Amino acid sequence: MLLTLLLIPTLTALIIMLRPARQAALIALIGSMVALVWACFVWSAFDFGDSASIQLAASWTWIEPMGLSFSLGVDSVALMLVMLTALLIPLSVLGSWTAITERVREFFLWLIILEIAMLAVFMARDLLVFYLAFEFTLVPMFFLIAVYGSTNRARASIIFFLYTFTGSIITLVGLLYVAWLQWSHTGHWTFDIATLTATAASMSATQQAWVLLALCCGFAVKVPLFPVHTWLPLAHTEAPTAGSVILAAVLLKLGTYGLYRFAMPMCPVAFSQYAPLIATLCIIGIIYAALVCWVQRDVKRLIAYSSVSHLGFCVLGLAAINTAGVSGSVMYMINHGLSTGALFLCIGMVYERYHTRSMDELGGMARRMPIWTFFTVFFVMSSVGLPGLNGFVGEFLTIFGAFTSGQPLQGLPTTGPLGPWYAAFAGTGMILAAIYLLYFTGHLVFGKYHVPDASHGGVHEHAHHHRLPRDLSLREVLVLTPLAIFCVWLGVQPDAILSRIEAPVNQVVASVEFANSQPLAALVTEDGEGR
Amino acid sequence: MLDRVAILWPEITLLMTVMLLMLTGTSKDKDLRRAGSWIAAMGLFIAFVLAVRMPEPDTLLPGLAGFVRPAACVVGLLLLLGLGSVDTRYEYEIDGGRQFDPLDTTQGEFLCFFLLSLAGLMLCTTASDLIWLFLALEMTSLPTYIMVASGRSKIVAQEAAVKYFFLGAAAAAIFLYGFAMLYGATGSLHLIDIRTALEAQAANGGIGALAILGLTLSVIGISFKIAAVPMHFYTADVYEGAATPVTAFLAFVPKAAGFVVLMLLLSTVLHLGEGGQAWPEAIRVLLWVLAALTMTVGNALAMWQNRIKRVLAYSSIAHSGYMLVGLVAAMETTGSAADSPTTNGFAAVLFYLVVYGLTNLGAFLVLACLQRRGEELETFDDLEGLWDRHGGYATIMALCALSLMGLPPLIGFFAKLFLFTSAIRAGEYTLVIIAGLNSAAAAWYYLRLAGVGWVKRPGTAAAEVERSPSGGRRFAAGISAVAAIALVVMTARLITAGDDAVRLRTSDLIDHHATLPDDTSTAARH
Repeated sequence: MLLTLLLIPTLTALIIMLRPARQAALIALIGSMVALVWACFVWSAFDFGDSASIQLAASWTWIEPMGLSFSLGVDSVALMLVMLTALLIPLSVLGSWTAITERVREFFLWLIILEIAMLAVFMARDLLVFYLAFEFTLVPMFFLIAVYGSTNRARASIIFFLYTFTGSIITLVGLLYVAWLQWSHTGHWTFDIATLTATAASMSATQQAWVLLALCCGFAVKVPLFPVHTWLPLAHTEAPTAGSVILAAVLLKLGTYGLYRFAMPMCPVAFSQYAPLIATLCIIGIIYAALVCWVQRDVKRLIAYSSVSHLGFCVLGLAAINTAGVSGSVMYMINHGLSTGALFLCIGMVYERYHTRSMDELGGMARRMPIWTFFTVFFVMSSVGLPGLNGFVGEFLTIFGAFTSGQPLQGLPTTGPLGPWYAAFAGTGMILAAIYLLYFTGHLVFGKYHVPDASHGGVHEHAHHHRLPRDLSLREVLVLTPLAIFCVWLGVQPDAILSRIEAPVNQVVASVEFANSQPLAALVTEDGEGR
Repeated sequence: MLDRVAILWPEITLLMTVMLLMLTGTSKDKDLRRAGSWIAAMGLFIAFVLAVRMPEPDTLLPGLAGFVRPAACVVGLLLLLGLGSVDTRYEYEIDGGRQFDPLDTTQGEFLCFFLLSLAGLMLCTTASDLIWLFLALEMTSLPTYIMVASGRSKIVAQEAAVKYFFLGAAAAAIFLYGFAMLYGATGSLHLIDIRTALEAQAANGGIGALAILGLTLSVIGISFKIAAVPMHFYTADVYEGAATPVTAFLAFVPKAAGFVVLMLLLSTVLHLGEGGQAWPEAIRVLLWVLAALTMTVGNALAMWQNRIKRVLAYSSIAHSGYMLVGLVAAMETTGSAADSPTTNGFAAVLFYLVVYGLTNLGAFLVLACLQRRGEELETFDDLEGLWDRHGGYATIMALCALSLMGLPPLIGFFAKLFLFTSAIRAGEYTLVIIAGLNSAAAAWYYLRLAGVGWVKRPGTAAAEVERSPSGGRRFAAGISAVAAIALVVMTARLITAGDDAVRLRTSDLIDHHATLPDDTSTAARH
């Protein structure tokens, strides 16, 4: 079932390679639509009554002496992210229909290869398969930015690649250490995520701290957390529209998903010990990035920095280590994918028409592009966290989680590390988000109408420029409408997701709290190594 | 003596091929001269078949020959393809008075040296004593000096050859001195006896200083062959000066020979004494420092280069550094029955050697496949827009460079993975972190190499780049790119084979410790 989901895009990629370039976009669209339909089948085959356990599992032995097997399987959290990926790829393909004029075939090829890698990350049940896919996402993304990006693309792509590659090598060392520990206990290698998580959770606090540090090197860069976020604005700004959409909507989630799936259950003691530090970094990131957004003149860069700010909330929810915070965080992953992805699409549509991203050169688009204005304002509202739309749910839950962290809930003796102060500071991020996003809307959408002089922008003039209507074409509306529907639906009916992810989230939270409720001495003797 | 000869049939085949090539290479008949490549290929193929079937030699690592010799033949065949067929256009031009360029014409003597050097590499694996080891290692190197000089008519090639020769001679002197000390310390040239003697020393209060010094000097001398810091100075100039197919040869054959000899030498102290803990700390520290320095210096220098061959030269230094990590890791791991193949440092080194040999070859051969008015390509600018003009080469280059970088899911990742697991197993966390950061640093220039053909549009410099007419090179480059992907499927088999290849002689390992007191066994041998 899951393997088929990987094979569909693989087949699509092969067909794209074999067919002429002018058919590439169509093939990519059909292939990714088929994958989306198949993902819906997967959704319906998934038993949400037992959502915490890995379902639809399949496994093939790969490298026997290493205990490496190609294992797939999803729990409901992974399934949500699979669905998000499967939904966004066809939209990105449709959104890039006219924007790409050179090397068209390669563009859609890389996009589809990226889909394979991203799906594999979320479906992997074997640690090394996860890591292989996690790393491999860099290659298609690198080429998407480097070949199809705007002026500064070479620098942006290399910085993007090196930053994340360096971080994830350290992550690999941490993961290998855990695997080796498992090997030294049992005498045979395995990279099964569940087994290794159990092994890792029994490490001493010092070992956990080191492993957590190693994992954070890769995942925090990917998220990105505050001090290591500097690759993101550059990469986002220079990437082509589809690249930005995928980067914001899915690739950043690899980091938060990694923290959720590995860092929390593998190093429960260390994670709760260092959660205040992580949360502090998140809050610095939330406020700092929001302030940076406020002064941006480049709209794409503004949205990019807003991602840093938003992902801060996402990790803050994880650091709260309670059901509200963590499920809010998962919810946030999906919401951010929808609304920020959509905003990047909106900006891409304007860019395709006027070839500028500067607020100095653009303004008052509402007069010329009413339909576009409707969608943009809609997604800005969703991103700000207007109650009734999806963004509100995630933001509320993560802040609520941070606020109540440390309060005994449901009779459990909780060691939740955060408290109201964290929530208060994070809350200012929400206010700042409203300020910079409305400011952005005020300048770009309303305000005085001005666009770059057509004669002035002669060098940028593409031949297809004239084929685009003044306002959105039907194709572009088709791209944005599904996202808008999901934004409303998840805003009104967040329970559709929340109830489905409750069980796995509770399991993770419970495992962290359980590990912390054990006296440390017992852990050390259990581990056999001690300190 | 005769039983020794009996295991040398692959090498003997190669030597006979060399004799034959010397005859055909001087023939008046052009077609016969051109057939030289085919004769060499036949010889290599027969040697391959024989190498697979040979019995194990009586050495410290009896399985080594069975792994390295066939692998050497396979890479040798690819290298031979990479030398390329004769470009008849140039042959006619030379007849018409154009300057003679050895690599573009019939190459009987060149092929002889090529095969001799490969035979030297194969001989290293069967070495049971120090003399054999020395001779085999020199037999690998000596032909390469001439290949560098005669492979290209340019003056830089002569300069490179002279540098290479003198530094090589100095290095040989150093490790020969080390061998002599080892002989002085143990009273034997035979590696198995040396091990026994060292074992006795270890049991009676530690290995003597003379033996340690001998080993140290040997390791430092041999680090010339593997281009490890501080014996790396020749690398960039020599690699750049030599013709590209020759450079591809230099980057693999002497390096492989160096690592084989290092493994054989180190196995005299490997897993020594009760519980295998008597490995001399000094040697471990030496290897540790060599590994860390070699990786870091190689990568640091490679980042600043603009000429592709220099980048590949410095990166090959860095690769030696990674492999040295495997040697450090081997200390605690090799030979213990409980270990899995993936934590065996020596096995990881062998695996890495094969992978590095194949993929590095691909990168060099892409360069060899392209030319501008008969000249080699030099800088990154020459590769701009390669995808638009010669898409296949851009793909091969990207695959090989990304594999060398260690990017999953290409085979290079698994090669690094095994080195890392073995080092983590040995508790060398710091070294693993250093290796990891170095891999990340290497990503900088490998990414440039992989991406330049795609990212940049063809400039004026790149517009004149054309394919060289040799189909063999294209084919060989294609094979190494395919290997970068396809070997992933065979990873399990390769690493297990590598693990079997580096098991110490079991009699040395278990029986000794369990039953025989060390002194009696030494006496029995003498």
